[in-house]
Amino acid sequence: MKVLKMKRFLVTALIVIAAYLLQCTVFSRLELAGIKPNLLVIVTAAFGFMRGSKEGMLVGFVSGLLMDIQFGDVIGLYALIYLVTGYINGLFERLYFDDDIKLPILLIAASEFLYGVIIYFFMFLLRSDFDFLFYLNKIIIPELIYTIGITLILYPLILLINHKLESEEKRSASKFV
Amino acid sequence: MKKKNQASAFNRYLLLGLSIFCIIMMLLSSFSDRASGPFKVLANVTVIPLQQGINHIGSWLGDMTENFETMQQLRSENEKLQEQVDSLMTENNYLQEERYELERLQELYQLDSNYAEYEKTAAHVIGSDSGNWFSTFTIDKGSEDGIAVDMNVMAGSGLVGIVVDVGPTWAKVRSIIDDSSNVSGMVLSTSDRCIVSGDLALMSDGQIRFEQMENNENEVSVGDQIVTSYISDKYLQGILIGYVSEVTVDSNNLTRSGYITPAVDFKNIQEVLVITTTKAQLTGESEGE
Repeated sequence: MKVLKMKRFLVTALIVIAAYLLQCTVFSRLELAGIKPNLLVIVTAAFGFMRGSKEGMLVGFVSGLLMDIQFGDVIGLYALIYLVTGYINGLFERLYFDDDIKLPILLIAASEFLYGVIIYFFMFLLRSDFDFLFYLNKIIIPELIYTIGITLILYPLILLINHKLESEEKRSASKFV
Repeated sequence: MKKKNQASAFNRYLLLGLSIFCIIMMLLSSFSDRASGPFKVLANVTVIPLQQGINHIGSWLGDMTENFETMQQLRSENEKLQEQVDSLMTENNYLQEERYELERLQELYQLDSNYAEYEKTAAHVIGSDSGNWFSTFTIDKGSEDGIAVDMNVMAGSGLVGIVVDVGPTWAKVRSIIDDSSNVSGMVLSTSDRCIVSGDLALMSDGQIRFEQMENNENEVSVGDQIVTSYISDKYLQGILIGYVSEVTVDSNNLTRSGYITPAVDFKNIQEVLVITTTKAQLTGESEGE
């Protein structure tokens, strides 16, 4: 059992770090109209509704913290936003089924949209920058669309990895019974 | 059922605990830089080496594809370059002449500080901001290579930004097109001062804004050079920021504002030069502290 838990932990950490690195290096070359997708929101939300609030929160917290360290002004703001994202997505775990793709996409889109609005609120509105419509049209909506596009590729991958791990866990659990 | 309730209660406590941790960290790190120290080391051992590796692979792949350019292209390019060399030779002679003239005039004015002689060190850009809202990036040199906060960063001949955060082997640079960046600049020809500030709304057009330039009889026209001014306490004097692309008189008739096209192409910066002298060192420690 312990080995499997360790394995799950390592695989999850690997996914988070890979998503973060892709976002900072590869995807900054793959910008469309100056916009890059938000892989970390996909990963956080996916772990939230696939594995529940606890893992969603931890994944979100770590990915937010990575962003804070390298690109944030203060440590903790992104971590907090991603933490809450993971928790809220975790609440939808009981509505979630593997073969349904509508709910995941809806949840990821909603997370991404709220993420944009929150960033605008904290970083721009509080500096008395009231041109919300501009930021909505130029950043939030394009980022949302690009992110959903990437979701269609990335989400099945995460799902596949999760399936493999879960079936292994089930097998070893039935051995003990 | 009971087990489920227990789990959700645990989740709530976890949420609460981690949120409080985040908020405390936010407060601490906004008051003191020391709070983020341990996290920087964490980043240093996890993601930074990987980013550097990916960057190496990326540039290696770039080289490979360049090698496949056909001979034909190279030949025509060679011809074109030869022509360019000829024209540049003439131009060079002309410039040499002007340089001697400049040297003479400088001696006349006793300008002993020549900003071309700031000591610089080159660094690679290894990661850019993961979001779309700000424009910061990380470079692959840090405090171990002598980089410190407030050092100016250039690419080519123009100002790119300023080091705002340093880890052992990496540093964070905020570019001047970032929405939260403000630089004190001046027009090279007239020495009129202005504030140059980045703007997210203009970032996609590749422009930055300047404002609060005195509306006096000095004429500022499109194409004039804007350099960093002598009153800035962080930016060294006389680094090229960009060229005026539009200038208008504000409705108060006292000041002028407009737009600048930066001298650096911010879309693809790969290598930067960090000036290892800070303004604080130049003007004396007492002012810098």
